Amino acid sequence: MTEIAAESMRATHDWSSQAARRRVKRRYAADRRLQFYGIAAIGTAMALLAILFTSLIHAGIAAFTTTKVELAIFLDPTQIDREKPAEANYRKLVRGAFKAYFPDVTGRSQERELYKILSNGADYIVRDYVVANTDKIGQTVKLLVPVSDPFDQLYKRIIPRQIDALSNDRIILFEALKQQGVLSVVDGSGVAKTTVYIDPSKVPLEGGLEAADYDAMVKEGLRSLFLNEYSRSYEEIISDAAAGNLKALVASDPSLVGKTIDVELPLAANYDNLLLAGQATMRNPRFSSDDEFAWFDSLEERGLIANPFTWELFFNADSRFPELAGLMGALSGSFLALLVCFLLSFPIGIATAVYLEEFAPKNRITDIIEVNINNLAAVPSVVFGLLGLALFLNTFGMPRSAPLVGGMVLALMTLPTIIVATRAALKAVPPSIREAALGVGASKQQVTMHHVLPLAMPGILTGTIIGLAQALGETAPLLLIGMNAFIPSVENIGLTQPAMALPTQIFSWADSPERGFVSRTSAAILVLLGFLILMNLIAVYLRSKLERKW
Amino acid sequence: MLSYLLLALLVLTIAAYYAGLAKARSFAAATGPHKSHHSLAGYHGAFVAAWAGIPSFLLVVLWLLFQGPVVDQLLIASLPVERIQNLDAGQLNLLVSEIKSVAKGNIFGEPDEVVLAAAERYNSWNAIASWAMVASVLSLTVVALFVARSMLAPRFRARNHVESITTILMITCSLIAILTTVGIVTSLLYETMRFFSMVSPLEFFFGLNWEPQIAMRDDQVTAGGAFGAIPVYIGTLLIALIAMMVATPIGLYSAIYLTEYASDRLRAVVKPLLEILAGIPTVVYGFFAVLTVAPAMREFGELLGFSIAPNSALAAGGVMGIMLIPFISSLSDDALNAVPQSLRDGSYGLGATKGETITRVLLPAALPGIMGGILLAVSRAIGETMIVVMAAGIIAALTLNPFEPVTTVTVQIVTLLIGDTEFDNPKTLAAFALGLVLFIATLVLNVIALTIVRRYREQYD
Amino acid sequence: MQQLRIGASEMLSTVKPSLAESVAETKITARGISVFYGEKQALFDVDVDIPKNSVMAFIGPSGCGKSTFLRCINRMNDTIPIARVEGTISIDGRDINDPELDVVELRARVGMVFQKPNPFPKSIYENVAYGPRIHGLANSKSELDGIVENSLRRAGLMKEVQDRMNEPGTGLSGGQQQRLCIARAIATSPDVILMDEPCSALDPIATARVEELIDELRETLTIIIVTHSMQQAARVSQRTAFFHLGKLVEESETNTIFTNPADPRTQDYITGRFG
Repeated sequence: MTEIAAESMRATHDWSSQAARRRVKRRYAADRRLQFYGIAAIGTAMALLAILFTSLIHAGIAAFTTTKVELAIFLDPTQIDREKPAEANYRKLVRGAFKAYFPDVTGRSQERELYKILSNGADYIVRDYVVANTDKIGQTVKLLVPVSDPFDQLYKRIIPRQIDALSNDRIILFEALKQQGVLSVVDGSGVAKTTVYIDPSKVPLEGGLEAADYDAMVKEGLRSLFLNEYSRSYEEIISDAAAGNLKALVASDPSLVGKTIDVELPLAANYDNLLLAGQATMRNPRFSSDDEFAWFDSLEERGLIANPFTWELFFNADSRFPELAGLMGALSGSFLALLVCFLLSFPIGIATAVYLEEFAPKNRITDIIEVNINNLAAVPSVVFGLLGLALFLNTFGMPRSAPLVGGMVLALMTLPTIIVATRAALKAVPPSIREAALGVGASKQQVTMHHVLPLAMPGILTGTIIGLAQALGETAPLLLIGMNAFIPSVENIGLTQPAMALPTQIFSWADSPERGFVSRTSAAILVLLGFLILMNLIAVYLRSKLERKW
Repeated sequence: MLSYLLLALLVLTIAAYYAGLAKARSFAAATGPHKSHHSLAGYHGAFVAAWAGIPSFLLVVLWLLFQGPVVDQLLIASLPVERIQNLDAGQLNLLVSEIKSVAKGNIFGEPDEVVLAAAERYNSWNAIASWAMVASVLSLTVVALFVARSMLAPRFRARNHVESITTILMITCSLIAILTTVGIVTSLLYETMRFFSMVSPLEFFFGLNWEPQIAMRDDQVTAGGAFGAIPVYIGTLLIALIAMMVATPIGLYSAIYLTEYASDRLRAVVKPLLEILAGIPTVVYGFFAVLTVAPAMREFGELLGFSIAPNSALAAGGVMGIMLIPFISSLSDDALNAVPQSLRDGSYGLGATKGETITRVLLPAALPGIMGGILLAVSRAIGETMIVVMAAGIIAALTLNPFEPVTTVTVQIVTLLIGDTEFDNPKTLAAFALGLVLFIATLVLNVIALTIVRRYREQYD
Repeated sequence: MQQLRIGASEMLSTVKPSLAESVAETKITARGISVFYGEKQALFDVDVDIPKNSVMAFIGPSGCGKSTFLRCINRMNDTIPIARVEGTISIDGRDINDPELDVVELRARVGMVFQKPNPFPKSIYENVAYGPRIHGLANSKSELDGIVENSLRRAGLMKEVQDRMNEPGTGLSGGQQQRLCIARAIATSPDVILMDEPCSALDPIATARVEELIDELRETLTIIIVTHSMQQAARVSQRTAFFHLGKLVEESETNTIFTNPADPRTQDYITGRFG
């Protein structure tokens, strides 16, 4: 590092040279590139968050209303016993009232289809109404009862009346045929031109031409058009009538046997439509006849269909029918489990934190406890479920599916959160307060109880609420202890009764095949997220308003 | 009856408090000037209340825990020998459940004399036990109340006694954390040992075939089920790998931008939004995967001309990655912020651009912290349950193809244990063996990660 | 046991002798006090006698052990887990480390005022009432009101706060806060008050006010004040002790210390050569 060396270094580096300028430019480009990656990463994360919420809101918003039909029901005193109003045949009453809108509908099978518009729960809704209003017996009452799930979805334009009859790959196959010029329109209907070998080996000795397997011959002939296809799905392009046509052709000219002939095979109905109209649709299989659409339309024209906000989503119990399923069971189960969780984890968590922070001597045992708490916070939630199953259910014989056990498992999971939050809050209380209280002769416990804990309480409450919010969303451990029982009534709610929780309800609805449960699930998620947001807002409020800055 | 007993206990405890309080006040009244007695009257009350309430409450808890098993043992012992000598453990259990169900009044079919008589005994013993509990608990409470009250005196150090009791209670609470861990480890170990007594550990750790469903008949091919868990581990790692491939770049680059480039205003907006991602319950992510991500991927695959299974590893792993973004981002954020300003200044002082400072100085310096964060995220990923239960497969396929469905440890635990569970077949116990593997794996990852992070922090403290 | 207990209580509630008698009477006797923080020894074998109803000042450079010694007198060092105290301190002839003596009762009788005013984040009234309340010194609300008013009056704060007793103590000015802390300390009617640099966070006017107060309180209380200001020591104290490097170098009448110190280190310190 002599002066000469430094001198020469300065001399060799010319900052204004082309190469140096390019180099600087390149370095700035690298910097901008890094910035761009950062923005892209944040943008992706934000976009994913936005997609998550829009897709949930989009799917869930529909479940907050229910499509209902207004029924004018005469509560016939001859059919409803005033003493035992619950025992009448409400199905008959409801169906009668509904049938009255459609005097033209006759015949058992048509009636059966008509009643499919009504929800299965309509009877119970009317029954509950009558039981609650026995004075109305003998009068005609107008009641809104839900329609069945497919019509609810139809009214909300979630499912269409007609759906595409053909899948994408079928259409691609079809387009390829069209390109090859195989398809044409003859006498207003579509045909496919191909060659068919009238295979003598397929003409049995017994029965002769009558019994020949023309179907197989047609399929062989089709094969030549689809040499690259392995699946045999292309066979459905040709109408079932093709074999009959071929049979008629051969019957009229037996000399064709053993020859390869050009034929025009009629297309199957869906493909025919696709060729002629450009699209092939069919009735949505969830509806059983086009009449149902006509009936439903006529109800709508008469102004009998309404789509009000559905309080039932919150106040009904679970049901196998999506239009009737509600969250009451899940909400009460989650409430009870969280209550147990709070009652256990809050005092135990605070006691642990206070002991470790204010009283415990620094020794090996307290070290072990601390390491333990940190590790418990990282144990997967499903393992806590295993603990609950093996210990609480199997060893102690506690009841399965009960909010009590759910709450106990959740409490064990919430404990570390509360302990960590409490210790942080206790640490934030300045030592001068402790000294002041000790100085006037307060005992250590009095210092803690009278001064330190009250001052730390906002921080503790914030941590507790956040811990409870986590517990509210916790699913796996509750599944393992069976808190996903199907509870179709809200009569038996109790700490030791089988119950459901909000997240396990979401899980079980998400698993249900009915289309209506997709929006119910999303709605339940929105309710859950609503509670979580509320709890977090309370925590943020507590932190900003009550927490003291020292 | 239990709630009435607890209510009575509560009332007696409150009464004990006032009994102590009243006696302490009488000293004050008798001796006149203050400071002649040691503790405030309230502490005398609390002392009596603690002695009246706490031992009795513990007695109730213990009684409840042991009444069931003890009565069961008595019941089995009371059954005629010729009836039970030929039964194995399972059949005996069945008989006991039958007796209990009859005792509850759910009589199906024609239970025989022995069962009816046993059910009657069972009911009467339970009734006796319950009344015995009420009697012993209440008498214990009353005796403790009077003994404790008789100990009070003007110079009695009630405050010190109450504080000792409080300290003992606090220590007990602190031990719950340890007891939880002990409970997890022993229950997992115990059930796993039982599992290994039925299925060889060699098969479990190295077998390639996982078909835990128990056959209905003995002569079926998978009569005992197959418990080679390698495909399950591979599936778990595949999904975790996909998740990390999504979460690591997005989380890391977000953290870099937020700590080094972003304005305070952008940070104030973006950080809470990222926190929202962390606060969403995993069951919601699972549904999001099923509702939106998997169909979108499927359509995208169709567009490109190959098929993606609806429950592909890609969909489950991808959504899990979204969940882990805030995790990686906040831990990387911490690591980058922990790099001292002097290092930055040193780099800028040499004329380095911001980008060069980040890639050449900050990232290498923060690397241990970031690695620790990534390891913690991996531990989260392999322990995550609901996303994979809803979006991944159940069949254990030995594949690394991300477009195919694979299964994970957590999925298997949940599927094996959902529904009715009996603790006597390898299918149920296999879940505990998997749980033990999961517990150990996450524990090891966490310990390593926390050690790395702690060393890193100490380096710059 | 019973005997001892009664003895302890008697010790703490002895009737105060008149001022004339008290001049020579010793309130606190410390013998062979050494304090260790872990391995480190902070105080070496300190012997001192502190007379009743007077002000004694501890002076010395920072880290000399004067605060450490002060904290031995009401056993505040107990709250530091690694601290270990050897030797005996007795107040009115009674060993404060006697296991029969409750540290809580000791601290009620030996009040303390800290360097930085540390009122509880509660109302002014609650700040003063807290001590009497936990020690059960008042049997009724009106009795408690009386104690609070009397303490605030003795601390010279009553006039300033009588209209806002329910406002938070943390809202007062620094000097008022410190006098509130003194009021809080005297509310438990202690015999001794320890003051750990009570004016270091205050402005000169507030300091003067607190010094006046100390002088007034001296009539009924034994006050020990740690200060880094020699002027303050000279102004308020009757006797002064000089600490240096954990040792008590010299202790005598304040006048003597400042005019004619026996030890050259004291001489150096008070003339400003170090510290």
